[in-house]
Amino acid sequence: MDRIPILKLGYALLVTIQVDMHDRLALALEEDLTAKIVSAGARGVLIDISGLEIVDSFIGRMLDNIAAVSRMLDADTVVVGMRPAVAITLVELGLSLTGVKTALNVERGMQLIHGRLIGVEADDGDVDD
Amino acid sequence: MNDLSLLTLRTLLDRQEGSILADWLHSLERLESLAGRSGGGGLDGQARRFLASLKRALTTGATDPRGPGFADLRDVLAEISSSQAQQGFSPGETATFVFSVKQPILLGLSAAPDADPGRLADVSWELSQLIDQLGIFTFEVFQKTREDIILRQQREIADLSTPVVKLWDQVLALPLIGTLDSERTQVVMENLLQSIVDEGADIAIIDITGVPTVDTLVAQHLLKTVAAARLMGADCIVSGIRPHIAQTMVHLGVELNVISKASLADAFAVALARTGKVVVAQKAKA
Repeated sequence: MDRIPILKLGYALLVTIQVDMHDRLALALEEDLTAKIVSAGARGVLIDISGLEIVDSFIGRMLDNIAAVSRMLDADTVVVGMRPAVAITLVELGLSLTGVKTALNVERGMQLIHGRLIGVEADDGDVDD
Repeated sequence: MNDLSLLTLRTLLDRQEGSILADWLHSLERLESLAGRSGGGGLDGQARRFLASLKRALTTGATDPRGPGFADLRDVLAEISSSQAQQGFSPGETATFVFSVKQPILLGLSAAPDADPGRLADVSWELSQLIDQLGIFTFEVFQKTREDIILRQQREIADLSTPVVKLWDQVLALPLIGTLDSERTQVVMENLLQSIVDEGADIAIIDITGVPTVDTLVAQHLLKTVAAARLMGADCIVSGIRPHIAQTMVHLGVELNVISKASLADAFAVALARTGKVVVAQKAKA
């Protein structure tokens, strides 16, 4: 079965969705991502959906779920690169993903996660750059 | 319409097309002078074409004015209707143009030597119905032309009234003018989201100074736009809320759970602060 690759970038995980999501793929991603957050000790999750042209309520809820789960595991979820049409669809479906942070592109999303990490690490007295 | 009436009308038109046309033109002239219009205007040409294609339609044996047999006549009527509309005729005058053909035809019918009163009544009733339908058809064409114009203007207004302005790097402004209905919200939303992508904007300021009233529906549309912009990774600030609108919104129990500022200037200041920029006064030169 197809799986969506999860890349580790420092403290963050990067997921780039480039195929049309179907429900089984979404469920697999949720499961893989949860496992990976724990095994990699990730503090942030970036989900790039710039390649996603169609969303339905299931995918919207999956994004919300992933955010809730990763928050529980102390990792921030940032959804980046959403297309205008997708944003409108989600709003019309009544899913405004209030628990999810958003950013325009991967770069800005990385900044967002990094900003949080620097804050956290400064508290620990351990800044790596 | 039964075959007998059809046949009667057809033979009448065949034999007396010329005199019917002359009568009709005569009464049209009278109508024109009543309406205070100058003569000419291509009316006789239009009358001639109308009669000719009415005759053709009857020859095909068609009886339903909305059926395929009358397609040609309907085209002619549509053309007449639009050309008269362009010359400034009212739809009523155009319909009267068609209705006024009844009298000459009826006169022709009753003048026929073998006229049988019972049959004459039948035929004139059928004729009357037919012409009425055709008259109504011109009305519909006129109305449709008008509606097309209105639709086009609506689209133009929608395009005109939703500009997205770039205020600074990563700061966009969306000055809204006029009421927000769901159709316009859709256009506004699409424009804003596309501009956010194009400009890589972080902050969008929605200025509602030009929105006359904010009720629960408008507020809901605003919130939808804000939510969609947030999904794209841009924060929204609502500005330009006038005092009495603020009061109405509170009385209605409408809550905008977004950052709101009284004026666009205040919102812009917030946006600059968020993007890490400051405005400083230039030092006075010595």
